[in-house]
Amino acid sequence: MRGASQAKWVVAAVAVALAATACGSNGASSGGGSSTGAVNAQGTFSYQSSEPQNPLQPANAMEVGGGRIIKQLFKGLVDYDPADGKLRNQVAEKIETTDATNYTVTLKSGWTFHDGTPVTASSFVDAWNWSANTKNNQINSDWFSDIAGYTDVHPDAGDPKAETMSGLKVVDDTHFTIQLTGPVSYFQYKLGYTAFSPLPKAFFTDPAKYGQNPIGNGPYKFVSWEHNKAITVAAYDKYAGLDKPKNGGIVFKNYTQPEAAYKDLVSDNVDVLDQVDPSDLASYKTDLGSRAVDQAQGAIQNISFAMYQDAWKPVDKAKVRQGLSMAIDRDTITKTVLNGSRQPANSWVAPGAMGYKDNTCGDACKYDPAKAKQLITEGGGVPDNKITIVYNSDGGHKEWVDAVCNSIRQATGVECVGDPKPDFKTSRDIIKKKQVQSMMRTGWVQDYPLNANFLRDVYGTGAAANDGSYSNPEFDKLAAEADKATTVEKTAELYQQAEAQLAKDMPAIPLWYYKTTSGYSNNVQNVKFDSFGDPVFTQVEVKQK
Amino acid sequence: MGRFVARRLLQMIPVFLGTVTLIFFMVHILPGDPVAAMWGDKAVDPAQLAAFKHARGLDQPLIQQYLDYLGKLFRGDFGMAMDGRPVIDKISGAFPVTLRLALLAFAIEIVLGVTIGLFAGLRRGKAFDKGTLVLTLLLISIPVPVLGFIFQNIFSTQLGWVTPTVQDSMNLGQLLLPAIVLGSLSLAYVARLTRTSIAENIKADYMRTAVAKGLPKRKVIGTHLLRNSMIPVVTFLGTDLGALMGGAIVTEGIFNVKGVGFELYHAINLKEGATVSGFVVVLVLVYLAASLIVDLLYAVLDPRIRYA
Repeated sequence: MRGASQAKWVVAAVAVALAATACGSNGASSGGGSSTGAVNAQGTFSYQSSEPQNPLQPANAMEVGGGRIIKQLFKGLVDYDPADGKLRNQVAEKIETTDATNYTVTLKSGWTFHDGTPVTASSFVDAWNWSANTKNNQINSDWFSDIAGYTDVHPDAGDPKAETMSGLKVVDDTHFTIQLTGPVSYFQYKLGYTAFSPLPKAFFTDPAKYGQNPIGNGPYKFVSWEHNKAITVAAYDKYAGLDKPKNGGIVFKNYTQPEAAYKDLVSDNVDVLDQVDPSDLASYKTDLGSRAVDQAQGAIQNISFAMYQDAWKPVDKAKVRQGLSMAIDRDTITKTVLNGSRQPANSWVAPGAMGYKDNTCGDACKYDPAKAKQLITEGGGVPDNKITIVYNSDGGHKEWVDAVCNSIRQATGVECVGDPKPDFKTSRDIIKKKQVQSMMRTGWVQDYPLNANFLRDVYGTGAAANDGSYSNPEFDKLAAEADKATTVEKTAELYQQAEAQLAKDMPAIPLWYYKTTSGYSNNVQNVKFDSFGDPVFTQVEVKQK
Repeated sequence: MGRFVARRLLQMIPVFLGTVTLIFFMVHILPGDPVAAMWGDKAVDPAQLAAFKHARGLDQPLIQQYLDYLGKLFRGDFGMAMDGRPVIDKISGAFPVTLRLALLAFAIEIVLGVTIGLFAGLRRGKAFDKGTLVLTLLLISIPVPVLGFIFQNIFSTQLGWVTPTVQDSMNLGQLLLPAIVLGSLSLAYVARLTRTSIAENIKADYMRTAVAKGLPKRKVIGTHLLRNSMIPVVTFLGTDLGALMGGAIVTEGIFNVKGVGFELYHAINLKEGATVSGFVVVLVLVYLAASLIVDLLYAVLDPRIRYA
């Protein structure tokens, strides 16, 4: 789910450039003002947001600007507990399966859409059929690819042959069945994604109009969308879910410059921040005191090897790759160059995801110049004794790429330079066309908090996001086994074994996990963030004025 | 006069067409695929990509897309943005905001700039004149973003007179601070231009005649001196209105104003051809109209200039 976070970083980079010549913020620090006051349950608060890039339809929100609003307006069968990422039932009473292929879903009664109509089995089935159809141009349409009959509504080329997927059958108002093309044990985890939200009858009469004025079944109902300015939602009093809002509503206020949003936060003109801009990172903890937020997110930054280049194919080059990983001083770089906004990584899965295991990378992710040199020599040296790292220069990556290269150069004597491409799109084009010579910047933001998402979708043979074309039969075998497991716990465990293969081959060097560096104003309290980096909106309490 | 205007209007057509053509193709030369970029780092679903491009006519040859765009443009249809909203909606949402900001900045620079320039020119070499030169030099040498941050810091963070950013983009009172920042550079130019022009014209023959006729001082300065000295200033102001509207990107960013700059910045980032072209087309129209008005104003200001 990278599209919009990229846009966010672009803005951040511009802010850095501007701020370089300006004086720093002298924000009044209010030091530790977290006194719990009386709470106004009807009070509304504002949040730093960005304009959605698509109409507000659940399967059409991949970027964060629209995604986080959809998340408040809709609630699917299940969602993830913001505290630990565990799956919990929402509209679903239960989801049963014996073979991880056929699922029977039972719905709770009492759920209604914001227009008062009930949420039934066909609200889900009709929504999924519509969203998967290529004709309807939904960005997330391939999320339904596990369901039998998907290729009929979503053929590789040409017009769809059917309007419905054969794998979805409505039994009665509160029951429906899902048949998948094969076993996918963590399919229930996928169901927590907003693309699987139900849609009311009103949607299908005019989806485009609906996208400007959505009706959902979530904790908040849509109030207004002033384009480019703000989106307002209000608490839905008949909400039947576990997470009833503790506030009256949210105003998603648009900002282009994170700097401007930060200044508004310090002066209490916006209540919850998305991210602190890079130029204020050094001072935000003193500015905000106990209202500053700093926690790990479900996202990781890697640099990956172009495994499709012949030079990296020999087996003993794994040692060279491990050596390079050991030549990177992650602690120093995250503290200095990145101002503590990242947490050094020692595994390929971000903390907070189910199945995350500490230190799977082991010694290979610890800074040790002597061992690094030794491993590189044992592996026959780096091809041409030179590394280039392809990255996009519009995302604020230059500083750390240069720092990583310096670290490698100083520790091992291997020549290392960054290879900046003008923007994100250009660098992605080069990476997708497999034209990278030695290394590239890669990263992953979780779609759902399960280790499978960080592993199979990035390192599986032929996986769409496997930018380095890594292929390991053992990894694939374990992944296939994990997908057939009938419990999510078993899946997570098998994927941990698959992750161990990555430590051996080092197709990508884990650098650091993203962190949520944010804060909130004096008007609100009880602001917590989930592993997606979003505030838990329903929990926010607005103080009595 | 009428013939002159008609000729100028006709001349605008090739200028307008040329600009639209240039912008359209320049946006398409930008690297990367805007539709694929909607998926970000995620794997692009080729089937959906193809369907999307087909639905928007983006699978047509570029020249066909260009002709379609041009055809629609002449029917007043600015096309559809990537997010499914008509570009005209974005234009009608953003231009009123930027127009307010630009006109406010414009008013500030005219009133303050001309007044300061007039007094400096009349008191050439005196303390006020020297002060003006130093102050305007300072304004010219400070980049707009820096000035923006300094003002934001002083007036909101330190003094607390205003909120750091504009909360309501249509509110003139809130737009005042950004307008001052936006207009400050031009203000300095206008003051300097007026000063020089006044200082030169004050020695002109018609000035001596006016004084000799025994006209009151107000009339000598107001009617004869100022009016004749305005020609270079008006030339500058004419092009400046367009520059203020198109160049507000940085100021709008600092103060979170949702105007043309905001939309253009996003559109260029996402490589949205239709949106970028649409906005630039309107900006071109503003430029053309402003330059026509400037030419007509020459005749009003200087009786020696006549258009046949």
